[in-house]
Amino acid sequence: MPAFLFYFFSFLTLFFGVLVVVLRNPVASALSLVVSFVGLAALFISLDAYFIGTIQILVYAGAVMVLFLFIIMLLDIKAEESAKVNAPAVIGGLMLALIFIVQLSLVLGEHELGKKTIADVPLQYEAAAQKELVTTIKTDLENKSLPDAKLVGKALFSRYPFQIQLIGGLLLVGTIGVVILSKREVN
Amino acid sequence: MDHQTLPGILLLLPLTTALVILLFHGALKKVAHLVSTMVAVVMFGCAVSLLGADNSEVIHPLYSFLKIGNWQADIGFLVDQQCRGMLFIVTFVGMLVHIYSLGYMKEDESKARYFGALSLFMFSMNGIVLADNLIMMFLFWELVGLSSYLLIGHWFKKPEACNAANKAFITNRIGDFGFMTGILILFGMNFGDVSLLGLKDSVASGPLHYVVQQGPWIITLACIGLFLGAVGKSAQAPLHVWLPDAMEGPTPVSALIHAATMVAAGVYMLVRVNFLLVHSHDAQTIIAWIGGITALMAALMATQQNDIKKVLAYSTLSQLGYMVMAVGLAAPDESMFHLYTHAFFKALLFLGAGAVIYSCHHEQNIWKMGGLRRALPVTFVTFAIGTAALMGVPGTSGFFSKEGILAVAYGHSKFLFVIGLFTAFLTAFYMTRLVIVVFNGKPRSKDASHAHEAPFVMLLPLLLLAVPSLVSGYGLLSGPLQAMVPHAEHEGGQIVMICSIVVLLAGFLTGSRLYTNKEKDPLNIPLFANKFYIDEIYAWIIKYGQDRVAWIVNAIEKIFVDGLLVLFPSSLAAGLGNLMRRVQTGSLQGYTFVLGLGIIAVVYVMLFATAKH
Amino acid sequence: MVSLNHYLLVSGLLFSIGLVGVVVRRNILTIYMCLEMMLSAANLTLVAFSRFRLTEGLPDYNAQVLVFFTITVAAAEVAVGLAIIVALFRARQSVSVGAVEKLKG
Repeated sequence: MPAFLFYFFSFLTLFFGVLVVVLRNPVASALSLVVSFVGLAALFISLDAYFIGTIQILVYAGAVMVLFLFIIMLLDIKAEESAKVNAPAVIGGLMLALIFIVQLSLVLGEHELGKKTIADVPLQYEAAAQKELVTTIKTDLENKSLPDAKLVGKALFSRYPFQIQLIGGLLLVGTIGVVILSKREVN
Repeated sequence: MDHQTLPGILLLLPLTTALVILLFHGALKKVAHLVSTMVAVVMFGCAVSLLGADNSEVIHPLYSFLKIGNWQADIGFLVDQQCRGMLFIVTFVGMLVHIYSLGYMKEDESKARYFGALSLFMFSMNGIVLADNLIMMFLFWELVGLSSYLLIGHWFKKPEACNAANKAFITNRIGDFGFMTGILILFGMNFGDVSLLGLKDSVASGPLHYVVQQGPWIITLACIGLFLGAVGKSAQAPLHVWLPDAMEGPTPVSALIHAATMVAAGVYMLVRVNFLLVHSHDAQTIIAWIGGITALMAALMATQQNDIKKVLAYSTLSQLGYMVMAVGLAAPDESMFHLYTHAFFKALLFLGAGAVIYSCHHEQNIWKMGGLRRALPVTFVTFAIGTAALMGVPGTSGFFSKEGILAVAYGHSKFLFVIGLFTAFLTAFYMTRLVIVVFNGKPRSKDASHAHEAPFVMLLPLLLLAVPSLVSGYGLLSGPLQAMVPHAEHEGGQIVMICSIVVLLAGFLTGSRLYTNKEKDPLNIPLFANKFYIDEIYAWIIKYGQDRVAWIVNAIEKIFVDGLLVLFPSSLAAGLGNLMRRVQTGSLQGYTFVLGLGIIAVVYVMLFATAKH
Repeated sequence: MVSLNHYLLVSGLLFSIGLVGVVVRRNILTIYMCLEMMLSAANLTLVAFSRFRLTEGLPDYNAQVLVFFTITVAAAEVAVGLAIIVALFRARQSVSVGAVEKLKG
């Protein structure tokens, strides 16, 4: 991926992220977040994580944000009328962010790995293909294409079978919880 | 039955009886007294069969009720001659008192409770007598205290009885504290072995032998501690105040516990540890003088009492003083001898007094009696025999035993001898007074004029006690009861005998001259009548001492406990809580802010602070 | 060229924006969106490391599986959280955090 694309999508992500915080209207905030997430998905793809990038768009930018919008519409929330800025909160929040960024940049400067570019760590299809046992993945790799979804699926179902069931259980419990929370009290 | 099981029976049979009766006395109302009396008879049988042997047997340990490391507290028996003799006395008087109580307590509502407590007492007393170590003795010591408390307070609806029971219990606590201290000193000095034989060996050639040589004051301290126990239990001055009040209990109880057996337990204990006392001359001197002073003081007080049982109670104090004095004069055999004879005649006197009281519808004031000689011939004769023995009329048992003690006193300390002699004079005087006022002259009240003899079941014990009161001094029982040998071979025996006969006659004549045919007491000595105001002095000391101590304690509590220990921590906690409460703003954003600070701090500590090292 | 540090910096900035949003905004829905943003920032870090630390010549798929789980849990969390917001709105007629300061000490 060309560098300017990275900068473009980074800018997209961060700028709309800032908009989420700054905009008064929740609907505008939600839509900004969608754009921000699309930028983020592009960054994922730039990191050869096609599957994650896809579900970032499908789940987050799609399903979750639609849910947000739906709730905002349902509750009929107006934009905050008074643009009263909570000065201590703003100063405190910005200070936190500043210190955090300073800390982060101090850490980032110190490590060799951080200075490597994507070109420095190219994917090694041949080496991977030789060790691969699953034939479809092997074929893909031999054709110099990354079967991203297949590899995630392989890792998911071969290494984390218990955890994925746990997640399933969590979703079920979440569903039940939502139903109970949303039920109106019948008097 | 061999000689090993008999002591066990003596201990376990009354315990079982007491437990059964006291637990189920509602259901056993009809039979409890019979069961208890039968058990008392069986116990007497056991004690008699024990008398046969003359060796000393140790049965140890029968049962260990406490184990700490290598040390253990045991129940064990030391069955020697003293023990056998004492068992005989305890069970004999106990049996007679049981039989007597059948008549005396016939109408009582809570007869079952009374007999249950009597059985408990028999158990405890046998335990003291059998004990082969001081810890076991202390346990049963407390148990007799408990049963004494229960029996004094038998008529607990009477406030006097309740107060008397409390007084007896509390006064005994002081003595028990000393007893415990003495045991603990011996425990420490003898490395945890407080068995009587162990201590004896130790004194002869062991750790205590070393202590005797290096620091005899420790032995003196231990002896005084043990003696303090005896002072409490045997009601010696200055802890004698409980015994006269204990007369609030039923009269058979007074006879058994507060005349013949329990109060003698102190003397018995001192005799048991005599091997220690002989190593501390100071302790012996103290013991002898306390005994002498008690004998004299109690006799003086007895001369002015108007309650028939109170007279006998002070007489008991006085006689116990004799015994203690004998122990202090290193004459344990004389002491035990007097203990044995005294048990017979004092039990006789108390039971006789009980018969008089019973006949006069529970009238105890001697000035409301009079002329009972004709109405109660059997009681009169037996009472007179008991009086003669107590006064020490030549030929009766009391003569021999008192003689022995006076002779010992004569040999050791002329001053104590004079005290003893004067006490003997007073004894003769107040007993003459008692007999004349109660049995002679004309009836001075309606109850006295309508008096009639008590039932046979109450007269039988009187008769059975009258016999040993008369003859037990002749050494008839000297085989089984080792101490019961008249000790005539004392220095100045003749002088002592003449002196005591002279004072006896003097006392008798003074008493009869003063009191024959009198309607009121011709003498009026408030000091004696009011028991030297000792009770009042104690009350004053306790009141003022308590007030002062309470004031100080109150101040300490207000300042230190309330202020420093309670209010300060509580206000500290409340203050801190108020301070910390401000952290809980309820503001989500505030929390997030702190969370962010936390993240930064963690990053700092994990990545920057540690990187330097 | 674009290095790992670039990605991590973007991730850190995104996280900071989310944090500032949570601290500054009083609308619970917005706060929720900011939370999602912070989660996604963490995801970006994971994916970046996954790409830059190759295992056997391929990205580290353990990290991507973790991202997958995070997204799933976040979805469940959003569902429950929004249900709570709805319940809260019914009770307080407001979605401002000022309405839920009853736990003040």
